[in-house]
Amino acid sequence: MQRLLLGIAILFVVSLLIFIGTEILPGDVAQAILGQGATPELLENVRVRLGLHDPAPVRYFRWLGNLVSGNLGASMVSGADIGQLLGERVWNTFMLAGVTALIAVPLAILLGLLSAIKPNSLMDRTISAVSLSLISLPDFLIAIVLVMVFAVKLSWLPAIANLRPGLDFFEVARMMVLPVTVLVFTVLAHMVRMTRTAVINVLSSPATEMAILKGVPRWRLLLVHALPNALAPIANVVALNLAFLISGIVVVETLFNFSGLGRLMVESVTTRDIPVVQICAMIFCTVYVLLNLFADVISIVSNPRLRYPK
Amino acid sequence: MREPNPITPVLEVKGLCVSAQNRKKQLTPIVSDISFSIAPGKVTALIGESGSGKTTISLACLGFARAGCVINAGEVKLGDVDVLRLSNAQRRAIRGKDIAYIAQSAAAAFNSALTLNRQVTETAVINGILSQEEATAKAISLYRELDLPEPETIGDRYPHQVSGGQLQRLMAAMAMICDPRLLILDEPTTALDVTTQIEVLRSFKKLIRNKSTSAIYVSHDLAVVAQIADEVMVLKDGVEVERGSIDNIINAPQHEYTIELINAAHIMPEQLPAARTPLLNADSSIALPLLRVETVTAGYGRSHKYLALHDVSLEAYSTRTIGVIGESGSGKTTLGRVISGLMNVKSGSVSLEGQPLDDAIDLRDRDQLKAIQFAFQMADVALNPRHRIGKILGRPLAFYFDLSQQAIDNRVAELLELVELPTEYALRFPRELSGGEKQRVNLARALAAEPKLIICDEITSALDTVVAKSILALLVELQERLGVSYVFISHDISTIIQMADTIAVMREGQVVAYGTTAEVMTPPHHPYTQLLLDSVPAMRTDWLDNLA
Repeated sequence: MQRLLLGIAILFVVSLLIFIGTEILPGDVAQAILGQGATPELLENVRVRLGLHDPAPVRYFRWLGNLVSGNLGASMVSGADIGQLLGERVWNTFMLAGVTALIAVPLAILLGLLSAIKPNSLMDRTISAVSLSLISLPDFLIAIVLVMVFAVKLSWLPAIANLRPGLDFFEVARMMVLPVTVLVFTVLAHMVRMTRTAVINVLSSPATEMAILKGVPRWRLLLVHALPNALAPIANVVALNLAFLISGIVVVETLFNFSGLGRLMVESVTTRDIPVVQICAMIFCTVYVLLNLFADVISIVSNPRLRYPK
Repeated sequence: MREPNPITPVLEVKGLCVSAQNRKKQLTPIVSDISFSIAPGKVTALIGESGSGKTTISLACLGFARAGCVINAGEVKLGDVDVLRLSNAQRRAIRGKDIAYIAQSAAAAFNSALTLNRQVTETAVINGILSQEEATAKAISLYRELDLPEPETIGDRYPHQVSGGQLQRLMAAMAMICDPRLLILDEPTTALDVTTQIEVLRSFKKLIRNKSTSAIYVSHDLAVVAQIADEVMVLKDGVEVERGSIDNIINAPQHEYTIELINAAHIMPEQLPAARTPLLNADSSIALPLLRVETVTAGYGRSHKYLALHDVSLEAYSTRTIGVIGESGSGKTTLGRVISGLMNVKSGSVSLEGQPLDDAIDLRDRDQLKAIQFAFQMADVALNPRHRIGKILGRPLAFYFDLSQQAIDNRVAELLELVELPTEYALRFPRELSGGEKQRVNLARALAAEPKLIICDEITSALDTVVAKSILALLVELQERLGVSYVFISHDISTIIQMADTIAVMREGQVVAYGTTAEVMTPPHHPYTQLLLDSVPAMRTDWLDNLA
C-alpha cells in the first residue's frame, strides 16, 4: 500500500518533469510547433488554442486534469484524437515487449541456473562470455548485423516489421522474429548474471549444505531450495531490464519501421507534436513505475519473513 | 535392515584422512588416521576445539567433504557398505535415510522460504518411503515426542516464526523422519542460551534413548557431552589424543590436553573468589562511582517503540569490574550501546565522574569519548581486513593524541606488548592472526585511547575455552597495571563470577538482581539467578538426569 502511494507520487513528479521539459523550458512552444516561417497571426492563433497565455501552473493542472480523466487531447499535427492514435500502437508495442519478456526471462533464469550449478565450469564460462559480448554491442549494431545476414543475404526474414491490419498470425510472427531477437539480446546478459550470482549466493549457505546432507537431489536443490530464496533479487533485475527494454524499444521500432509507441514518439518529436510526446513519455514512465512496483511485490511475496511478520 | 545386528557395529571408521586441496592440487591434512566404531544404540562424542577436525570427520561419515577438501584415505563402513566407495547417487540415497545430520545453527540450516513441515518430511517423501500424509503424521508424533508446543500446527509455520530452541528440536525431527541407523549431531546446542540448552539436550536424550539410535555427538563442551555420550574421542589438530568411556575421560583423563580442556571448561567455582575491598579515596573515604547509569529506559524503532531497557540503574567503579549477565534478548548489549553513546535513551541518564554524558555520541567531547571504549564480541568483524594491525591501532592514537608518526609507532609497539603480542604483528593483516590474537588486538585498540572504562561485550564467547581463559587472565592483569574499569557483558555465569566485583543480572530489559558478587551469588538467590546457576552443565554424567 505504501509502495503504491509512493508509485503514484513518483508518477506525479514525473508528469511535472515532462511538463516542464516540454512546455516551460525556454523557447516559444508555438514557434516550435509552427517552425521559423510562421506569421505572427498564426503564432497568436496557436497560442490561444493551446492556452499558452495562462500562467504555467494553471496550464499544468489543466493538462494533468485532462490526463487523469482520460481526455488525452488531440494531435497538433493531424488533429486526430490521441486516444485513437495510441490504441493500436500501444497494443503493438506491448506485444513486442511482452513476447520479448516471455522469451528472455525464462531463458535468462535457465541460463543463470545452468551457470550456477558448477561455477567456473566450461558451461558457466561459455554462457558468461556469450551473454557479455551481446550486451557489449549496441542494440542498433546487432539489429543491422542481423538484418544484413537474415534479411539481405539469406532472405529468410523480412527486414522491416511494418505491422498492418489484415496480416495473418504467421506473417506477424515472421516479422517479429528479428526485432524480438535484438531485444532479447540486449536484456539477457544482465538477468543471466544476476540469476547466477543470486543462486550461487544461496547455494553457499548452510541451508544448502543441510539440504545436501539430508539427501536432496541436485535438481531439487536448485529448483525447490535455492530458487525461492533467489527470487527477490531476480525479480528486481528482471523489472529493471524490462523497464530498460521499454526504452530500448524506441531504437528497435525505428530501425524495423515497427508501428509502435516508440516510433510514434520519435515521429512526434520530429513533427513537434508536443501533446503526443507528453502522453508517450507518460506511458513509458508509468510502465517503468509499475514494473518496479511489481518487483517489490514479488520480493515481499517470495519472502515469508515479510509475508508473515512475527 | 532396520533391526541393527547387536554384534556388528553400526558404523566403523578406519584410517580416515581428509585433506584440504589448493588450486595446485597440493594436499594439507586436516584430519589423519582416524579410527573408531559405534555400537548399536550407543553415542560417541567427538570433542575438540575449533580446527580440531571434529566437524570434518562427522561430515566424512556422510561421504561429504566441504568445498576445497578431499577425503583421501580410509573407509567408513555403515553396516557392510563402505560409504566412501559409493557413487554420488548412492551416497545421496543413504543421506537422511540411513545417516541423518543435525547442524549447529538451526536458524541458518533451515531454508527460510519453505514451511517447516515441508522441510521435515522432505527426505521421507522424495525417497518414496512415506507418502506426504504419512510423513506429516509421523512428523507430528515426533514433534510431540520432542515436547514442541502445538505439535499439530507448528509445522505449518516458517522457520522465522519459531524460537531457536524449537528450531533445533525441529531439526531433530527432520533427522528422525526416516528412522536412520545413525544420527550425527554437530554442536547442536552451542548456539542456544543455557536455559534453552537444557530443554533441547533433554529432548535429544529422550529421543535417542527411545529410538535406540546410534549417534555421533560433536561438541567442544565436555560437560554437555557427559550428559549424553557413552564413548568420547578427544581430538586436537586433526589427530586423536585420547579415547575412552565418558567416565574414564572426565574422572581419570590421561593426556595433558584432555586435562587442560577439563580445567578450562566452565566449572562453577566451589567458592566465590575473594572479594576485593571497597574502593577508597586517598583520604580513606569511600570512592564515588566512575560511571553511573540512572533509571535508563531505551528501545528500538520509532520513538523507542520496542523497549530493550526498562528502568536500568547501575554503577561502575574505577579499577573494578561490573559483570552484566543475561541471555539473548535481555538487553545487555543495548546497555553497552547506551553507555558508549551509540544509542539514545528515552529517559534516564548516564554520567561519568559526576558529569552527565550526552546520550548522542557526536555531542560528547573528545575527553568523554576517550574515557569510554568498546571491545566487541566478533574481533574478526570489528577489525578492518584491509588495514595492517599497526594502522588499526594507530588510528585512535592519531585521533585522540595528535602524535607524530614516530611516536605512534612506538606507542603501537607498547600496546602490542601490553596485550602480550610480538611487536612485529604491527605489520600483519588481521587475517594472519588467530581468533585469540585478534581479540587481543581488539583490546589493544580499546586501550589505545587510555580509557577509564572499557565495555567488553561478550569478548570471549566466540573463542575456544583455553584461549578464552588466557584472555580473561590478560584482562585481570591489565586492570591491575592500568587501573581501568570494565563493564563485562556475558551470557556465561561462571565467567562473570570469576571476573566481576559487582553483578547485574538482566532479564527482558530489566535488572532483576544487583549487588556485589557475594551478595548476588549467596543464597537465597533471585529465582532467575538460581535458574541460570542451575543451567550450567556440571562435569558429571548424571547432572541432567538428576535435574529437577
